[in-house]
Amino acid sequence: MNFPADLKYTKSDEWVRVDANADTATLGISDYAQNALSDIVYVELPSVGDAFQKGDSFGSVESVKAASDVYLPAGGTITAINEALSSTPEVVNSDPYGQGWMVKWTLSKLSDLDGLMDAAAYQKYCDERKQ
Amino acid sequence: MTEPLIYDLGRPGRTGVSLPDPDVPETAFPADLVRGELDLPEVDQLTVVRHFTRLSKLNYSIDQNMYPLGSCTMKYNPRINEDVARLPGFAASHPLQDPDTVQGNLALMYQLQEWLKEIGGFAAVSLQPAAGAHGELTGVLMMRAYHLARGDAKRDKILIPNSAHGTNPATTSMAGLKVIELPSDDRGNVDLTALRAACDDTVVGLMITNPNTLGLFEEHIEQVVEAIHGCGGLVYGDGANMNAMVGVARPGDLGVDVMHYNLHKTFSTPHGGGGPGSGPVGVSQRLADFLPAPVVGMVEEGEDDEPPRYGFIVPKDSIGRVKAFNGNFGMHVRAYTYIRVHGASGLRGNSENAVLNANYLLSKIRRHYHVPYDRVCKHEFVMEGVWPDAPGVHALDISKRLMDYGFHPPTNYFPLIVHEALMIEPTETETRETLDTFADVLLKIAEEAHTEPDLLTGAPHITPVARLDEVSAAKQLVLCCRPIPAWAEA
Amino acid sequence: MSYYLHTETDRTEMLAAIGAKSIEDLFADVPARVRFPKLDVPDPLSELETMRELLDLSESNAEAQHSPMFLGAGAYYHFSPSLVHQLILRGEFLTAYTPYQPEISQGTLQAVYEYQSMICALTGMEAANASHYDGATSMAEAVIMAYSHGREKRKKIVLSPAIHPQYREVVRTYTQGMGLSLVGDEDPENDLPDLVKRLDQDTALLIVQSPNFFGQIENLEGVAEQAHAVGALLCVAADPISLGLLKPPGLFGADIVVGEGQSLGIPLSYGGPYLGLFATRKEYVRKMAGRLVGEAHDKNGQRGFVLTLATREQHIKREKATSNICTNQGLMAMAATLYLSTLGKHGLRKVAELCWHKSHYAAQRIAELPGYEVDTSKPFFKEFVVRCPVSVAEINAHLFNEWDIIGGYDLSNDYANLPNHMLLCVTEMNTREEIEALVEALGEITTG
Repeated sequence: MNFPADLKYTKSDEWVRVDANADTATLGISDYAQNALSDIVYVELPSVGDAFQKGDSFGSVESVKAASDVYLPAGGTITAINEALSSTPEVVNSDPYGQGWMVKWTLSKLSDLDGLMDAAAYQKYCDERKQ
Repeated sequence: MTEPLIYDLGRPGRTGVSLPDPDVPETAFPADLVRGELDLPEVDQLTVVRHFTRLSKLNYSIDQNMYPLGSCTMKYNPRINEDVARLPGFAASHPLQDPDTVQGNLALMYQLQEWLKEIGGFAAVSLQPAAGAHGELTGVLMMRAYHLARGDAKRDKILIPNSAHGTNPATTSMAGLKVIELPSDDRGNVDLTALRAACDDTVVGLMITNPNTLGLFEEHIEQVVEAIHGCGGLVYGDGANMNAMVGVARPGDLGVDVMHYNLHKTFSTPHGGGGPGSGPVGVSQRLADFLPAPVVGMVEEGEDDEPPRYGFIVPKDSIGRVKAFNGNFGMHVRAYTYIRVHGASGLRGNSENAVLNANYLLSKIRRHYHVPYDRVCKHEFVMEGVWPDAPGVHALDISKRLMDYGFHPPTNYFPLIVHEALMIEPTETETRETLDTFADVLLKIAEEAHTEPDLLTGAPHITPVARLDEVSAAKQLVLCCRPIPAWAEA
Repeated sequence: MSYYLHTETDRTEMLAAIGAKSIEDLFADVPARVRFPKLDVPDPLSELETMRELLDLSESNAEAQHSPMFLGAGAYYHFSPSLVHQLILRGEFLTAYTPYQPEISQGTLQAVYEYQSMICALTGMEAANASHYDGATSMAEAVIMAYSHGREKRKKIVLSPAIHPQYREVVRTYTQGMGLSLVGDEDPENDLPDLVKRLDQDTALLIVQSPNFFGQIENLEGVAEQAHAVGALLCVAADPISLGLLKPPGLFGADIVVGEGQSLGIPLSYGGPYLGLFATRKEYVRKMAGRLVGEAHDKNGQRGFVLTLATREQHIKREKATSNICTNQGLMAMAATLYLSTLGKHGLRKVAELCWHKSHYAAQRIAELPGYEVDTSKPFFKEFVVRCPVSVAEINAHLFNEWDIIGGYDLSNDYANLPNHMLLCVTEMNTREEIEALVEALGEITTG
């Protein structure tokens, strides 16, 4: 399983890439999550301009056998959504950290992300759950 | 061989029935109200009969062979039930007729209410809910209403074991309440310690299935009920597994406050490819006033030669109506017939045989499949569909391979607390020979899993279609074979 | 009797294989104090005697085959071709389980797919589910769906007072734990323009029935636009027979169409089992409850059908499911499919026309009777309202006792502003002779 070192991870299996300006970030679901769901058939995304609080669910990911809510670990406003996912949701399986990105948003409070795990901690968290 | 769609079997101008011309003077249609097109098939009657006859041959059914589906109780659907339900006096009576013109129907419903009360140990019954899940919603709404009527508005939680059927938490959400999930212990019971810890004055009640979805009788049921009642909560019994209990024990005697019955499981009404069902609810005395309106009551006692007169009664604090009209009356007729034919001794005999059959089957396969709980089961049992020394083979593959041997698979991946679960319920109407054959097939498949696993992972091989690509189906989402009319595409 | 009882030898050998001494041992974990109660249920009865008993019970009822029926109000006496009940009696359909294992359920799955397609064609919508319990519970599910679509932020539902009273009751029962406000039907005189005035940013759904409970065809022109303008959805409840003749709700921009499918070949059966129709636009499909069949292909490229979007349902989403529905009305959907296939485009239109002509003829003849007034303020289909010279109870007693006719519905049961008002229904099953007899019977009561 792949967990890029430059990303942060949540306990609900989302990854976050904070932009250099530290005002905006990108989010998707991790390799562990896409693997658990298996073939993804649908991604429900919010609209650009929607505002959320820290911990809110903004959308969901569906496979044939399961559906998972996806959460925003920091409050803010959506600035972009990955429209390609409506026609090719399977990209979340094949490239979860690249083409499989879901939303970009402006962070209302950067410190909201303080509790997130780095790649090593997240790897450990995933290993614990596999048992 | 694919069977064409009914639309593709038609030709312009054809129709399947003749209808008379109007025998009255005609009235003009207002042109602005009449539709321009009506996109329905144009097929002759014989083609309709052939099409659906051919479709029927693609189906497995109880009439063909056993369904070992846990918690579904796929017992024989007696044919007498179908004839009785079609008697014109029942089939052509209108739900809003003056009660005095349908005393036969009301007498039947009243008697069924009485028998269900007796079988479940309840004070009152409503026949209105149309299915088990519908009965669950009715029951949970009654529990909620009961507390509100007592002036207690702070209860908002329902406790549910993690082995529960998905309808239980779904129902709870529909009623506007929160789900608190309880773990199970290592003997398959709901964890009594966790349950006691969760009991407080914010709990509306508990939803419990007994025997549970592992096919095991809740060994601490009396303490469970005591704990819930002790904190002021109510106990909801999911009656899906009543096939192990009729004549054996009455949920009402154990303290259950409200329970739904599944007439399409325990009481033999047919599954019909997905319904209709019927989910009457029985309640203890303290919930009787909250039943959905109306229930059937005796409005005049009978005397000497005069039969009693029946009518509809609205319970004092009713939660309201849960369905239009009177419930699935056609299923009430069938269940009544089933109870009448079997009688008290037959009903108990069915439960005993259901449990005997399940334990017998269990004894034959337990050396070859891992069964997580070392207990006598009731009418069903759960086993794991994996072996550590047969990697790559899962419960799904075992299920699909069973089809090649002429059997419908058991319930898959439920309950969630057993890994790669296969839940098996033979019911009482299977002969010993069928059980022996089924056990032999399971053993053969266990052997194949270790020697020729491709036979399982590539199964089924001899069914009308092979495994279907459900992923593409969900992505492409083709739900309708007709073109969407231009005016609908905005 | 039971349908199968093991022989003594079987029982002994099976118990030995299990390692139990007696059947009672298998119930040792049931608390002794409640075990093996004596049930006060009669002794077994042979099938022969049971049939005789039930025949007697059934024959103490009046019913539509023997007494001309003019009662509708949400359940209707319509023609059902013989093949409908005969084909659903085939064991492969009758005794089949829910099609969770598609490889051995293609019969049920394809029939449901065809059903979904025909319901879409009838209602002018893009996706239909495999059924709800009945028209009333379909309407309740439409409310839940609209509430979910509005992210549970919009709490108001506007409903017409001309919707079937029992449907509105069911909607209120279903939603009693959801904190919604249901308005619009408190005044029986509220018409569509009045209801449209109640639409606002807090409205999740506007519900209208057409033909309405009184048989009147509502003017839906522009209504969807008004609902959409405030961000609300429009749900229209429609009688499927009427859709054989009238413009479908989809044409008027409805977002959800619900209705009672009992008229499609399903017997009256004293109120059930019936068939809840439910159809919507493709964009809302993921919020729709109930089973859905979709087209699929197997590894050999062969076309088949599967249950799809199961992630909406209770067995996967559990407490987050759109609805708790599991068992629905599968065999009734099958009956409707057979009915619609047999009648088809031409037959359904003809049935609708017969209902139209016969009900209008009856209305004209009754309007000629002194003391009776027929409401013709709006065009009607199949049913119309008659103001009678005396109470409907009295009229119906006269009709039944003197003429063996089952009269129409007493509207004073549900509408205080309509005393002495009867809802009369005429279908293709009512002959001219029956209509003339009804008129003559009513003519015998002209004053109080």
